[in-house]
Amino acid sequence: MKLKAPECVFSSAGFCPGCGHGLASRLVGETAEELNIVEKLVTVVDVACCSFNIDYWNFDTIMAAHGRDIPTAVGVKHVRPGCPVLAYMGDGAAYSIGMAETIHAALRNDPVTVIVINNSVFGMTGGQMAPTTLPGERTATSPKGKDPARYGTLSGVELLKGMDIAYLARAELVGVGGMAKAKRYIKKALEHQLNGDGFSLVELLSPCPTNLNLPPVKAKQFVHEEMTKYFPLGEFIDKGGDK
Amino acid sequence: MAKELMKGNEALAEAAIRAGCRFYSGYPITPQTEILEYLSWRMDEVGGTFVQTESELAGINMLLGAAAAGARALTSSAGPGFSLNQEGISYLVAADLPAVIIDVMRIGTGLGDIAQGQGDYWQLTRGGGHGDYRTIVLAPASVQENCDMMETAFDLAEKYRHPVLIASDAAIGQMAEGVNLPELREHNIDSFDWAVRGCRHGDAPRKIQNTYYTRPDYVEYLRDKYAAMDSEQRWESYMADDADVVLVAYGISSRVAKEAVNEARAEGFRLGLIRPITLWPFPNRAFEECKNAKAYMTVEINILGQMADDVRLAVRDTRPVDFYGTFFGLPESDVIVEKAKAMLEKEGK
Repeated sequence: MKLKAPECVFSSAGFCPGCGHGLASRLVGETAEELNIVEKLVTVVDVACCSFNIDYWNFDTIMAAHGRDIPTAVGVKHVRPGCPVLAYMGDGAAYSIGMAETIHAALRNDPVTVIVINNSVFGMTGGQMAPTTLPGERTATSPKGKDPARYGTLSGVELLKGMDIAYLARAELVGVGGMAKAKRYIKKALEHQLNGDGFSLVELLSPCPTNLNLPPVKAKQFVHEEMTKYFPLGEFIDKGGDK
Repeated sequence: MAKELMKGNEALAEAAIRAGCRFYSGYPITPQTEILEYLSWRMDEVGGTFVQTESELAGINMLLGAAAAGARALTSSAGPGFSLNQEGISYLVAADLPAVIIDVMRIGTGLGDIAQGQGDYWQLTRGGGHGDYRTIVLAPASVQENCDMMETAFDLAEKYRHPVLIASDAAIGQMAEGVNLPELREHNIDSFDWAVRGCRHGDAPRKIQNTYYTRPDYVEYLRDKYAAMDSEQRWESYMADDADVVLVAYGISSRVAKEAVNEARAEGFRLGLIRPITLWPFPNRAFEECKNAKAYMTVEINILGQMADDVRLAVRDTRPVDFYGTFFGLPESDVIVEKAKAMLEKEGK
């Protein structure tokens, strides 16, 4: 990570202390600068916490309806194929209300880049259970812990593994190593788009101290020690790459 | 130029192309599917984009992205699919985005059925999605009007930065008539500064979101916008000025109503017709010329007489307003004349 903040990121001050969004937001900015696409990039952000980025990024940005970021981004891409287009959303958008949109954009191999912030809960609404909530995890709608007999735990990345897309990876926004990998994956995803390879998706496991009811350091530990058991890290599809 | 024989739905699709529309995203549903089928090959010919999406939700939100990027963007649906479109229509309104959405109306509630219907009137004219809005609604009554309205629809959408709806129906969509097609034109996606395209260094980034967040004058801006849209009232009057009873009908029903007017006039009964061309804004001004009217009757293909309330408002409840509604079948001209006579007799007593 550079010591100097990227010019295309104004702020991330609205996110809670210890939240992963500010880190992801900055990594997108750094990557855009390194790839020299700041003046071309169009971003589409989901509602709720993701939507703060519309005021933090110096990119032309659309705030989409919840879970419809990907089709919105695809609409932009078709009209302006010269613009890299990045959709930024949470796990609820990507794998719950927008599951159909995610799968079908991958099925069409639509040439957009998707960043999914997976924090295992619905954040802005106050920490309700999500498809990504871990078995036994207490949330506002699973106060006794998520019952795995009633609600499974969904890994969207595993679902996409069999699809003919350009790039698929998962990193954690924890530690220097995690951040370095997260940034490398975002960059590769955008490079695939610039090369015209098709759909790319990077999931970032992200701490949400506010809704996990944990101090920031413990929230990071939760991501690193618990979430990674259900959401393995790494690159899973890298079309034409060395993987 | 010689006329071409075209199906209503195909005429809408071709007219969209000729109006500079180069983006369509949508999902199959009867009775609008010919629009989708036609554009699946026609967009290729003109270098546009056609996407068959996984649902109407994806279709309308993909359209939103295309509209935000500056394209003349179109989707179409019917019945249950048009209900799914409402999410995106509300967002288009909120973000000040122009687009055109076609509803080829079918009959009934829920799944309903695929026959022609006019049961979406309330959904079309009251802002069918969540929130506090209305949209201009154009109602074609012939295949030729399908052709003529498409460019008007895009022009109005861009004039007001607001989605425009086209209220067709299964009969107009499925019938074939001879049409004169408009000239082919191109639309420049850089026509509007607000369209996203990448932010040059030193410029303020473009933000497409609810204008509530970006306009300090939000409330006044919207009130002015809707007041301005009220000036777009369009209608056709057919022997309405001296009529004792005035029919009010749009779309396919208006053609039967016109036939009823001719039949009534042939036997000396002064029947007239006001055909709203904009369903919203409702053509209130059309009723000013009905100097002799004793009663009004809407002719609609629905059970509840959805347009009758708008007529009552237009005439300020000064005359009785009734409706003749059918379900599955088209209205019959002789029944219209009979009912209109009965209304007049009741008024005479």
